[in-house]
Amino acid sequence: MKVTIDNITIDVEPGTTIMQAARQIGPHIAPPAMCYYEPLKGSGGKCRGCLVKVTAGSEKDPRPMPKLIPSCMTQVQEGMIVENTINEQVLEARKGIVEFLLLNHPLDCPVCDQAGECHLQDFAFEHGVATTRTVEERNTFEAVDLGENIKLNMNRCILCYRCVYTADQITDGRVHGVMNRGDHAEISTYIEKAIDNDFSGNIIDVCPVGALTDRTYRFKNRVWFTKPVDAHCDCGKCSGQVQLWYRGEEVVRVTARKNEWGEVLSFICNTCRFERKKTSDWVIEGPSKVAHNSVIAANKYGANTIKPAFGALQAAQQYKKIDDNRDRSFLGPAQPPVKQLN
Amino acid sequence: MKILTEHIDVQGIETIDVFRKHGGYTAVEKALKKMTPDEVTEEVKKSGLRGRGGAGFPMGMKWSFLAKPEGVPRYLVCNADESEPGTFKDHYLMMKSPHTLIEGMIVSSYALGANTSYIYIRGELMYVATILEKAIQEAKDKGLLGKNILGSGYDLDLHVQLGGGAYICGEETALLESLEGKRGNPRNKPPFPAVKGLWQCPTVVNNVESIAATSWIVNNGGDEYAKIGIGRSTGTKLISVSGHVRKPGVYELPLGLSVEDFIYADEWCGGIRDGHKLKAVVAGGSSVPILPAELILKTTNGENRLMTYESLSDGGFVSGTMLGSGGFVVMDETTCIVHNTLTFGRFYHHESCGQCSPCREGTGWMDKVLYRIEHGKGRQEDIDLLVDVAKKIEGNTICPLGDAAAWPVAAAIRHFRDEFEWHINHPEKATQKGAVFMREGASWSI
Repeated sequence: MKVTIDNITIDVEPGTTIMQAARQIGPHIAPPAMCYYEPLKGSGGKCRGCLVKVTAGSEKDPRPMPKLIPSCMTQVQEGMIVENTINEQVLEARKGIVEFLLLNHPLDCPVCDQAGECHLQDFAFEHGVATTRTVEERNTFEAVDLGENIKLNMNRCILCYRCVYTADQITDGRVHGVMNRGDHAEISTYIEKAIDNDFSGNIIDVCPVGALTDRTYRFKNRVWFTKPVDAHCDCGKCSGQVQLWYRGEEVVRVTARKNEWGEVLSFICNTCRFERKKTSDWVIEGPSKVAHNSVIAANKYGANTIKPAFGALQAAQQYKKIDDNRDRSFLGPAQPPVKQLN
Repeated sequence: MKILTEHIDVQGIETIDVFRKHGGYTAVEKALKKMTPDEVTEEVKKSGLRGRGGAGFPMGMKWSFLAKPEGVPRYLVCNADESEPGTFKDHYLMMKSPHTLIEGMIVSSYALGANTSYIYIRGELMYVATILEKAIQEAKDKGLLGKNILGSGYDLDLHVQLGGGAYICGEETALLESLEGKRGNPRNKPPFPAVKGLWQCPTVVNNVESIAATSWIVNNGGDEYAKIGIGRSTGTKLISVSGHVRKPGVYELPLGLSVEDFIYADEWCGGIRDGHKLKAVVAGGSSVPILPAELILKTTNGENRLMTYESLSDGGFVSGTMLGSGGFVVMDETTCIVHNTLTFGRFYHHESCGQCSPCREGTGWMDKVLYRIEHGKGRQEDIDLLVDVAKKIEGNTICPLGDAAAWPVAAAIRHFRDEFEWHINHPEKATQKGAVFMREGASWSI
């Protein structure tokens, strides 16, 4: 099947989605995917970050589709013409999506473990704008522990449902889902019941943001200071194919191996992830190939985006000063949450 | 001309004996004994009946899209999750005359070849579900439901399912999810329910009023039905009127009646309450664009606006609205449009399922901004911000709830921008109890 995306024509198998076809062309064409996750059946269609414009439905019916459509859920047709990064309407809509996703996001990247490998950071950098228009108070939640090893910080969650699908498909006996509605919806294990499944740690790997983090790694390091190394072990429970993240001689973190789209290649068990943190536990294969979207890849955000004369500390102080002096009095008392109103 | 509510005030119409005395269940006998399922579908196609739930999609066409693979069951689901603010027509019909719906369900299920059908009713209407269940039991006892109905060899099980009271479960795919016992999140389409619906089987979801109308169509023929109404808006429509009119309530009117007659004639709403003037109308439930008095009575071409799908949407979203689900909310000059928009905005914020980001975050944002404007904390840039947020939600969501939340806000600002500005510029005045903006020279100002 021939499909044209951003003026590049590619031949793909029938049944391929627009997203998959775009990924075959290359990372510069692939739409951003905040919720779609190929290994998880049923995922996608929720974040709307991958909306594209179909300017010709197919060869048989070359009419354009009236609305923007989610590329992760839509299969290609023979002769379909898709506009992704060259369409103004698409870029405008994505700007809106970034704004919506950041609306109740705490923007606490400086203290967030995910910073540097966060899909929301990438998405905002590539498609968002640098300013904010909101002055409203953000919705907040208490951070909770999901068992001994996982921390859930709902404030950062973008409700992509990836972890819910993981719980559905990887683990037996679902104890993990979404409660409440709208912007009060939250990931939950139903009254904080601990997830004690052997594969529960994988929800950390699938999380695109810092909502689910590894408590054994929390606040220990930053991604860009670590070196990923491929390793394996003879594990009875899982494939044992992992990535070790080194800081100096020390293994600070163990994760599953991911492809260039940040998707887990094979899910690993909790023993490998949380307990085997010595080099002697593993057979080292060699340095990992660093994906295009990793912060470890040199000059990812461009060399000159921060002016060297304006030091980081200075910038932070300046920002804080501006922020402290901002007049918020016109906002008056905060609006009570919807729950209480009704 | 009344089709659905002809006998609705008869004492005891909720019982099967009285209902049959007034011509009830003749459509079932006619359809099952004398007609093939395809003939019934053909009559519905001929009638031009359009879905009464809000979108106005031709019902016969929807039925003909139903996939019919061998060996796979098909389902008919009646959407009785009527939750739109301003709409209460299905509630009235089911409460007063449950057999009207059940008769329609039997006829429609027969036409679609469904052997199991469901009525999904919202949780708040528990007592209506009880009425329906009692009526279903009566029909079963008379051999009108169950195995081998009236000796025709056709079997039908009819179930009533209560929802949890979520507005989103009125969206057809969310309804199916809820019916399957899951969280009521809308599905991504395609596949449409006609191909993969309930339990991944072909399913038709129709509104109560649409299904109820099919029995009359079977009895009298599709051509007879098509004679009522104007153009592509055929038949009658239940309109639930609320607000500042003399006689609010549920009315069944032939499509094509002029809006002016409907509001002012004694036979219908009886005019605006004494000493007040018409300011604005929400013509089809909270999600359709609000229209000011001058635009609801006449289109921009100067033609009289009629109660039809086409006439109400004349002018698109610039100067038109939609017939929607028939929730006709009339407001006089004492109504504050900002407050009204906030009420709608808060509703959609509360009811958004939270699955896709534009709707989840956008509805909350609009609610918060509207709340500030209403409480005298608005900023000049807030009006354009609201318009832009509404624009970014619209069309980018999984289901139409995002559109439904965006339209009323965008329309209120389009037609009543000066009122929003007045709220922002004169917060002390605007927040006083009972203070309402009066536009100079407008037909509704006093």
